[in-house]
Amino acid sequence: MWRDPTKRAMIYQAVALTVVLTIGYYLFSNTQANLQKQAIATGFGFLHREAGFEIGESLISYSAANAYARALLVGVLNTLSVAFIGVILTVLLGTLVGVCRLSSNWLISRLASGYIEILQNVPVLLQLFFWYAIFHDTLPLPRESFNPLRGVFFNNRGFYFPIPVAHDAHFWMGMALAVALLAGIFLRRWSRARQDRTGRTFPAWSASFGLILALPLIAWAAAGAPTAMDVPHLVGFNFIGGISVSPEFGALLLGLVFYTSAFVAEIVRAGIQAISHGQTEAAMSMGLKPGLVLTLIILPQALRIIIPPLTSQMLNLTKNSSLAVAIGYPDFVSVTNTTINQTGQAIEGVALIMVVYLFFSLVTSAFMNWYNKKMALVER
Amino acid sequence: MEIPAHPAQLEDLKPPVTSVGVIGWIRANLFNSPFNSLLTILILFCLLLAVPPFFKWAFLNSLWTSSGAECKLASGACWSVVVKNFRFILFGFYPYDQHWRPAVSVLLLVSLLLYSRDRRHWNQRLAYLWVVGLAAMGILMRGGILGLMPVETDSWSGISLTLLLSIFGLTAAYPLGVILALGRRSRLPALKTLSVVYIEVIRGVPLISMLFMSSVMFPLFLPEGITVNKILRAQVAIIMFTAAYIAEVVRGGLQAISRGQYEAAESLGLDYYQKMRLIVLPQALKIVIPPTMGILISAFKDTSLVVIIGLFDLLKTTQVTLSNPEWMGFSAEAYLAIALLYFLGCFSMSNFSRRLERQLKT
Repeated sequence: MWRDPTKRAMIYQAVALTVVLTIGYYLFSNTQANLQKQAIATGFGFLHREAGFEIGESLISYSAANAYARALLVGVLNTLSVAFIGVILTVLLGTLVGVCRLSSNWLISRLASGYIEILQNVPVLLQLFFWYAIFHDTLPLPRESFNPLRGVFFNNRGFYFPIPVAHDAHFWMGMALAVALLAGIFLRRWSRARQDRTGRTFPAWSASFGLILALPLIAWAAAGAPTAMDVPHLVGFNFIGGISVSPEFGALLLGLVFYTSAFVAEIVRAGIQAISHGQTEAAMSMGLKPGLVLTLIILPQALRIIIPPLTSQMLNLTKNSSLAVAIGYPDFVSVTNTTINQTGQAIEGVALIMVVYLFFSLVTSAFMNWYNKKMALVER
Repeated sequence: MEIPAHPAQLEDLKPPVTSVGVIGWIRANLFNSPFNSLLTILILFCLLLAVPPFFKWAFLNSLWTSSGAECKLASGACWSVVVKNFRFILFGFYPYDQHWRPAVSVLLLVSLLLYSRDRRHWNQRLAYLWVVGLAAMGILMRGGILGLMPVETDSWSGISLTLLLSIFGLTAAYPLGVILALGRRSRLPALKTLSVVYIEVIRGVPLISMLFMSSVMFPLFLPEGITVNKILRAQVAIIMFTAAYIAEVVRGGLQAISRGQYEAAESLGLDYYQKMRLIVLPQALKIVIPPTMGILISAFKDTSLVVIIGLFDLLKTTQVTLSNPEWMGFSAEAYLAIALLYFLGCFSMSNFSRRLERQLKT
């Protein structure tokens, strides 16, 4: 029997499964016993109970009287908002630094490489603490707020900006923007089809850019051109009105964006360098303009190299946003941590954290696979 | 072609002074186009605005050995927060009069690492040296024999904890990662599924969730009466986390070995273990040395996360120092100082890895 490879394979697998299941059962039974002894409730029933703790910032209405489920939802939304804004800023900053790294200007390329080396090699948690300490220690108290522009206040409780007072015009502006975006897509399709048919080109990009700017402006003017601003003002010890960004959010965002953008810059640099110079020369010799060389020849090839590692960096940023718990920004991990401390239900809490982050990464990798298939070289 | 009769008589034409030397370099690298010239001037202007005040703050007006009260009156940086507390920041709660022990251990580790940099030293003797060195460090830190005062692991803190967690984490995670990678490439469905699930789950969750697991969930897993030290629990979490990343790196190496190697090994009549141990793994592991250095660098940086579950690593001892009323408010200086420490470690490792990559590219 031992000499038959198929049977031997079966035995190996049976042994491996038995070992894993035995360990699993052992841990499970220990846990059961411990939970019973310490009288800790199990299951997700706690989600419907009253949370009883306040959360500093929230995108949806929340109070301590709400259920744990809603508190956790607030956490998820906070995580997503940090990740969303962070990803956009990281891609922009990282691309800029990566291009600067390749600049023919010695000063710029040295500065960019210094930026990359320093930020890559210092732990992100330390960077978060550093920014948080800077905001906390160097910004003034609310009474002596730093006031760089009219209506803009920086102090150690946060950053306050004025926003327009809510008005019907904003709804119509949003609608106009959506219409402009749709029109832009159709314009591009039409111009491409016409170019394929007749060979004549149409400036679809600048035309749709013009639409995106013009339509909302027209809607704003047509709806009565409201100019009232909600300016933050000091009441007691704090500012009210306008829109505010807490120092926790600011520090988290700055730390994550600076750290991740250093990695993105390296990825962008490698992607651009991987495209051989012959491609540029061939495109130029066909008579393409420099802008077209970039958009038609270089970028499609460079993106194929850049996108996969870029996605894993975006995922890293999302996972690193869990460090918010260390500086007190109420992201998902931080809210779950409070929940664990209050209910004692550690297993459910940690399982929730894992499931939510696994969900994020599965969605991202599904998107990645789709994109890779779409962009992959079509080979014979 | 006609050869000049008297080459010595022809005087070499000197290149124009604007295209060589300092001026030539400046023209070629800083002012090679109108746009670049504009950028250069703009950046020089910004540097002029930023550097002198920083220099003044960091050096001219700074205090190095004063007390906290004197610092509060000064306008410059207060490096005294680091200078006065450096022993606590580096060694934490290790008994004060025994600080030479972690110091010697760290020096021993650093010199071992420096010695291992040279590829000529990569042989069996180096492996024995590491075993002896690590054992010596363990004895030095723990004490209890050779007349050394025993020191509980609970009071290991500061830089020794940071190094312990990262170096031991990588060493222990490596074999586990290799096994997982082999499992993932295996033809046996059960082994393959187990490895894939483990690797993908761990890589999908943040390290902090693993650390939470080790600090709040792990005690529930164990039978009654058995408790495991907090540092060891965090170490297990770091090992489990790092192993998944190593597995993916090693899998890359395994995939890079051509099918011919596997087939040649099989046709020689080698069984699975001989094939892997003698033919495939030696080649695959050599390919993945540079990416493994990358994992070591991230492990070194990521150990700072144990701050969140309350272990006293380098970052936490700094924070404890900063929570002392005398030194409150000098966080920027303290954080900059330990950032420099982390930077030196990571930068030298990544430089080494880049050099190695060039050397191994044969």
